[in-house]
Amino acid sequence: MNSQIDPRNVIITGVGGQGNVLASQMMGQALVQEGLVVTIGETYGASQRGGSVMSHLRISQSEQWSPLIPEGQAHLVVGLEPLEALRVMARYGNPQVLTLTNDRPILPLDVIAGSADYPELDEILAKLAHFSQKVWTVGATEIALEMGNPIFSNMVMLGAISTLELDWFPLRADEFKEVLQLLLPAKAIEQNLEAFRRGQGAVNEL
Amino acid sequence: MSILSLDQPGRQMLFMGNEALARGAIEAGVRVCAAYPGNPSSEIIASLAGVAHDLNLYVEWSVNEKVAMEVAAGASFAGLKSLVAMKHNGLNVAVDFLFNLAMSGCKGGMVMVLCDDPLALSSGNEQDIRTYAKMLDLPLLQPSQFNEGKEMMRFAFELSEELGIPVLLHSVTRFSHARGNVTLGEIPREVPQPYFDTSQGIFPKPIENTHPALHEKLARAGRALAESGFNEYLGPEAPELLVVTCGSGVLYTKEALVNLAAQDRVGVIKLGGTWPLPQEFLLEHLKKCDRILFFEEVDPFVEDNVKALCAQHGAEVGLKTFLGKAGGQVPDWGENTPDVAMKSIAGVLGMDYEPPRPAEYAEEAAKAVADMATFRTLGLCAGCPHRASYWAIKNALALDGRDGFTFGDIGCYAQGRGPSGFGVMKTMHAMGSGAGLADGFGQLTRFGAQQPVLAVCGDSTFFHAAIPAILNARYNNANLLMLVLDNSATAMTGFQPHPGVGRNAMGEEAPVVEVSEVCRAIGAEVVELDPFDLEATTETIYELLQDLDGIRILVLKQECALVRSKRQKLMYQVAIDQEICRGDDCGCNRFCTRVFKCPALIWDQASGRAAIDEAICNGCGVCASICPASAISREAV
Repeated sequence: MNSQIDPRNVIITGVGGQGNVLASQMMGQALVQEGLVVTIGETYGASQRGGSVMSHLRISQSEQWSPLIPEGQAHLVVGLEPLEALRVMARYGNPQVLTLTNDRPILPLDVIAGSADYPELDEILAKLAHFSQKVWTVGATEIALEMGNPIFSNMVMLGAISTLELDWFPLRADEFKEVLQLLLPAKAIEQNLEAFRRGQGAVNEL
Repeated sequence: MSILSLDQPGRQMLFMGNEALARGAIEAGVRVCAAYPGNPSSEIIASLAGVAHDLNLYVEWSVNEKVAMEVAAGASFAGLKSLVAMKHNGLNVAVDFLFNLAMSGCKGGMVMVLCDDPLALSSGNEQDIRTYAKMLDLPLLQPSQFNEGKEMMRFAFELSEELGIPVLLHSVTRFSHARGNVTLGEIPREVPQPYFDTSQGIFPKPIENTHPALHEKLARAGRALAESGFNEYLGPEAPELLVVTCGSGVLYTKEALVNLAAQDRVGVIKLGGTWPLPQEFLLEHLKKCDRILFFEEVDPFVEDNVKALCAQHGAEVGLKTFLGKAGGQVPDWGENTPDVAMKSIAGVLGMDYEPPRPAEYAEEAAKAVADMATFRTLGLCAGCPHRASYWAIKNALALDGRDGFTFGDIGCYAQGRGPSGFGVMKTMHAMGSGAGLADGFGQLTRFGAQQPVLAVCGDSTFFHAAIPAILNARYNNANLLMLVLDNSATAMTGFQPHPGVGRNAMGEEAPVVEVSEVCRAIGAEVVELDPFDLEATTETIYELLQDLDGIRILVLKQECALVRSKRQKLMYQVAIDQEICRGDDCGCNRFCTRVFKCPALIWDQASGRAAIDEAICNGCGVCASICPASAISREAV
């Protein structure tokens, strides 16, 4: 990938309550500590009430960009929920986009009520593959549940991102530990770091 | 240690816009900070509360915005620097005091952060509060970048202290809830001795003194703003178009010009101070070009005022073609985006802008999402006590059979108007308005109204604005059933404490003011129940409706599921007995998922039966009482 492109645009998307905002903040703080200029735009108006949540990260060598990515300009989409990863393609996808997604669905209210359908996971992944240059999946919620709390899935996903080897995206484990120390209470650090490490070994290329 | 109190001058941090403003206040030497929570402004005071002990600040969640503003002004009158922050709706609550304060002036530097929420992403309505600055004769600053926001805050405190009037700082969701680079500065530690000068009072009158003095201060503010460096001209000396922009529009305009490769054709007048306008600066740069495009959010505030300036100085600046909201080139409602800026600027320049992806891809992706990605309708969380309350109200009203209905209010429970609150709530206006509207309808029995009327409000809303309406109902004998949905938190805005929870903003213990005691003190009849007891709650509502003579109050008390789950994940382990649940063969037609609509109670397509999503369930156990076949069981954890 051309490392001259500036800014680089990342979307982290999911459902309210999945820890989307904290994940984007941690990623952004790590990048600022690398000397980069980062802008993050969040859409989480009523997100705790089951809505779609999206964070836009603009990563630049030198400039503060706007908190919203223009149409068709995402470089990396990170889905904390697979249908949400697909949803952002409508506005921000392009044939070069890279996609990393958790494989555990969260059913929308209308699906629960029986007035709409949730597609089969394979169908979603096939569409994501169609709209992306490359797709990776992570069993992030499963790993988090093994650890005892689904809330760790966002850290698992950050660990997964750190292994993608994108030259424009320097997120490393030791640096991440520093960010955790800065942003989380001491007692939460070890488990979050563990989730990050588990995510590093859990990436499957589709 | 919070990131907000890091004493490392020069360090680069990623701060939320609200944190950048809070840090600016700290670096300016603020001592007293107050607010009532309201998005997108909440994190300003919340983050300051987190460092209050470290930095020797006093920070409070006040019961409403008017009181918050008065608390801050009280400190300013004693010479301390004070900060108050609120969303647009909150300013409407506080503005009566503010008009008086503008004219009386203040002492210690006093800054007000006023947050708009274009497109009402987390609000009940959309406003553009900048016009208030003009009505109030107070200076208004609009940051467009994060570090600039922090620096503006410092400037605003200096300006306020120098002139003796409050200074307004305007933010929007895309600034307050965005993040960006901020360079940390020094934190001052000295606290001046608070003292109210008893040799003179502080009054908005006599008008013949105060109003002209305010105008004179505003003129001085204008000169200070013009010299502040927050206004900037960017672009060629002879552009073919000038874009006048401010706030969120600045970065969108920059992005648009890069995408359109039009930086050499278009000049940008970036305003950091928008009231009063930096006249000399504007007049100098407006001469560069006769075509002016105004790019700002919601109302044509700068647009109209710059037009007036140009009319006033017509001979000097000449004839202009103005483009913007009045001409239809820029939307006059909702949020702007880089794409909106591109469309506006490209249109004015006569260019075509196509996003950098194949049109077929865009069409195909849009179709796939429309076909597959069901919209996520907002709803109450798993385990939310409001779902139980609305379930009981719905069933009690059905049982009553007189077409009774519920006036609603602001908070999480406003989801009562949607599917997860079973459409129970029929109105939503300002804080406390549900009770007030019910006061009105509750007088109509004398004209033959037959429908019983209910009102709901949350605990924080009760303290904020519902008390006067409840008192009014008692005094004027309105016939209504008032339900206070008490979940022991201001949950919608981030679980801030309020007078009912026994803790203040800084985490210290505080006296508990019980909702039911306040209601009893005004002489109303009060019942208190746990809404998770669906049967008792439904029966009680039904019974109270049969005898609505004056105001009856039912307090439905159960802790917010998200607050509880931070402490204890589950109250109950909930399970579906696969032997008893007959799935689609049961005559219930998926009653539990179709009607109850809890995000954790799902239909498992594979087995054709109900199931619990363990990643989402908060273990309230309420669904165990709704299955007609009793297939849902719960076990206390």
